[in-house]
Amino acid sequence: MNRKQLVDEVSIVFSGAAGQGIQSIEMILTKLLKREGYHVFSTKEFMSRIRGGINSTCLRVSSERVNAPMEKADLFLPLIQDTTLHLQDKITEHTVIIGEQEVVQFDDMVDIPFSEIAKRCGNKIYSSSVAVGVIAGILDVSDSTIEKTFTKHFKGKDEKIIQENIQAAKEGIKESAKIQEHLEVDIEKDASVQDEMLISGTEAVAMGAVSANVRYVASYPMSPATGVLVKLAGWSEQTDCIIEQVEDEITVVNMALGAWYAGARAFVTTSGGGLALMSEGISLSGITEIPFVVHVAQRPGPGTGLPTRTEQGDLHLVLYSGHGDFPRIIYAPGTVEEAFYLTNRAFDLADRFQVPVFILTDQYFVDSLCNTPVWDLNKIVSENHFTETAQDYKRYAITESGVSPRGIPGFGKGLVKVDSDEHDEEGLITENLNETRKAMVEKRFFRKFNLVRKEVIEPDCFGNKDNELLVVSWGSTGNAVKHAFQLLESPPAGMHFSQVWPLPENIEDILSRYKRIAVVENNASAQFATLLKGYAGVPVAHNILKFTGLPFSQEEIAREIQSIQ
Amino acid sequence: MSENIFDPHVKDIAWCPGCGNFPIRKIMLEMLEELELDPVNTVMVSGIGQAAKSPQYIQANYFNGLHGRALPPATAMKAANPELTVIVESGDGDMYGEGGNHFLHAIRRNPDITAVVHNNMIYGLTKGQASPTTSKGMKTPVQINGVFLEPFNPLAAAIALDASFVARANALDQDKTKEIIKKAVQHKGFALVDVFQICVSFNKVNTAKWFKEHTYYLDEQHDTSDRSAAFSRAIEQDKLPLGIFYEQKNKPVFEESFPLYQKDKSPLFQRTLNKEALEKIAAEKTE
Ligand SMILES: Cc1ncc(C[n+]2csc(CCOP(=O)(O)OP(=O)(O)O)c2C)c(N)n1
Ligand code: SF4
Repeated sequence: MNRKQLVDEVSIVFSGAAGQGIQSIEMILTKLLKREGYHVFSTKEFMSRIRGGINSTCLRVSSERVNAPMEKADLFLPLIQDTTLHLQDKITEHTVIIGEQEVVQFDDMVDIPFSEIAKRCGNKIYSSSVAVGVIAGILDVSDSTIEKTFTKHFKGKDEKIIQENIQAAKEGIKESAKIQEHLEVDIEKDASVQDEMLISGTEAVAMGAVSANVRYVASYPMSPATGVLVKLAGWSEQTDCIIEQVEDEITVVNMALGAWYAGARAFVTTSGGGLALMSEGISLSGITEIPFVVHVAQRPGPGTGLPTRTEQGDLHLVLYSGHGDFPRIIYAPGTVEEAFYLTNRAFDLADRFQVPVFILTDQYFVDSLCNTPVWDLNKIVSENHFTETAQDYKRYAITESGVSPRGIPGFGKGLVKVDSDEHDEEGLITENLNETRKAMVEKRFFRKFNLVRKEVIEPDCFGNKDNELLVVSWGSTGNAVKHAFQLLESPPAGMHFSQVWPLPENIEDILSRYKRIAVVENNASAQFATLLKGYAGVPVAHNILKFTGLPFSQEEIAREIQSIQ
Repeated sequence: MSENIFDPHVKDIAWCPGCGNFPIRKIMLEMLEELELDPVNTVMVSGIGQAAKSPQYIQANYFNGLHGRALPPATAMKAANPELTVIVESGDGDMYGEGGNHFLHAIRRNPDITAVVHNNMIYGLTKGQASPTTSKGMKTPVQINGVFLEPFNPLAAAIALDASFVARANALDQDKTKEIIKKAVQHKGFALVDVFQICVSFNKVNTAKWFKEHTYYLDEQHDTSDRSAAFSRAIEQDKLPLGIFYEQKNKPVFEESFPLYQKDKSPLFQRTLNKEALEKIAAEKTE
């Protein structure tokens, strides 16, 4: 090993079996480093089991915001010997491996007797605190930050236990000198980070729903979407929100529509399999014009697929779920910030236009953690868009705009009649085909679609806009592409879509400026590229695809772009 | 009699002449009026089927949703606004077949809503296939050798799940049925009323005469608080008992189990964003 100096950032990978505590290492370390003024980003991959197996967390610590997975580890800290070798790509000749000789054996490993030190401090289970200390030492974290973070993190625990953990961490710091022989880290701190939030994709979506005044959550647990349900449940006594775990996803969607019908903003969170079951209910939202907001955290399919892994394979499911013609909106946030504001916006648009709105994330996204500025609450909206009804109220009044004022039962003198059969303005079943059916489709599909399209969020453009090559991304891959550009000598043009449906009206003009288009997506069938081709009619020259169940790393994308430049 | 405010005077009703849905409709209109309910605060919820068209012919709010899916939205709207009176009307196929899972869980949840099931023991709207309650042996264009599955017994299932109100009625006994449904609506908690109904077009077995011959009313000796007795009555086969089988007066209801209504009774639509709660959650994340 050569002595190496890192000044901008360091990437650290922890691996261990489920239940060994790498999650708590991640939690404490990210809090600790953020408090110290470092930008942090951590992403995890884990097996679909509660105990055992091999899971890992990759933590990036940097002088600036770096929110994308990295391939290489500068530091690797295995708590068990990896028998599956799926972390092999992370280890290079420059990687410093830190481990306990008695547990793991690697060539050139820096041996740190975690358990022995932990035992000395009071208990073997403090090993993770020793590990935290080692990393803190490398990153020059002050004792006071250690003390504050541990005290807060272990709040409610016995004082003795807290002190012993702090001691274990401090012992870890002493050990870090051994690593500094191989690797010196000198990353600039940024004091403004200290006041930022440390937030996961899950929390960003859940807080977005809270910011929209969500009052009814019905869901059925399904990885990787369950976290949002758990968060909302945890906050429900503060937010006065009904949380109900129901019998299946068919109930989920029908309950949500019942709640919206009665004037409560409802929210649901699911993954592809659950959304598949909701399909008929989404169509019911379409014809009854009852708002609906759903978070879909994708995982690889088909079938049960890989429950704890990541993929962007449900774009077409979300785009086409539900029979018949009706408008819909699909957001695909690429950052936690986007996830928060887009979830807030999803409720607003669902309410204003009375359409289903989807927030499409994935496992990689919801399970990643980073620091981000505190939300600007002046930018959120939470006003209801139902109206007080008059005696002669007609739920489906034909309007110029396409939106019929939405009444709710018990508010006003009118009656609110909604029907999943084709209906007239009042909500009565009709088979008047040439007039009523036609007028209803023109109202709720064509006119409303035009309204929805006026609110489209334009793609974010970056890179070298004059380049002949355009690299397109959507949803969670956006940051990895942006970071990949920084690794390239001459970056192409980049375009990230955080709204994937409807697309901007001038999409064809935007895209046809480029000679060649490459689309980066975490799926096998190039779903967004297919949409662009079909809808904008522009040819896509290159599909950069990954479907292993793992997210793209920035290095991987950089290599792919280089090969087509 | 004065004008019934729940009668919308629909000219064209989509049921066959002589259908058992007509007497049920008459019972429902009278029941709603006699209980002095307010149409503005009443929501009729249904799935899809002939019976499920009922809300179309009642002047109140309604939510005519998907086949089998009446109970989930009904539960949610009652929870979102406990001031509403929520009544579900649907067919046996809708409620016990396509909606079977919701039926079980609505009983467990116990929202304060009423489910009136038009049980004609057949699929009407799709033209005469077997329903979960079709008797064994009945031939249909699909069950060409006769039904061989055990019929679903909604009352026994509901009592087994400790439902809070379980009753059976016969649409052709107008007065008695109206009284049972009134009690069901007034009951606090999930109330099931399975109403025998004739289908003149597709069910030639369970006719008006058949129902008359095969039913009898529970007498005053029957103790509606005795679950075992109620269950024994529910599994009787030769002659099918009618009336209120089982009733629990103080079972906690779904919507009242949430702490938010213990603090404040107002319906959810009247509540605006609690920005402080959001700020607090965000502040915790900066720690
Ligand atoms: C998902 C779905 N599957 C099937 C149907 C077709 N369908 C409509 S009503 C019905 C059964 C009706 O029987 P029942 O609920 O007993 O009501 P009835 O018409 O006898 O009153 C069926 C199968 C549908 N509308 N939706
Ligand atoms: S098919 Fe049967 S249930 Fe349906 S309307 Fe006709 S008689 Fe009534």
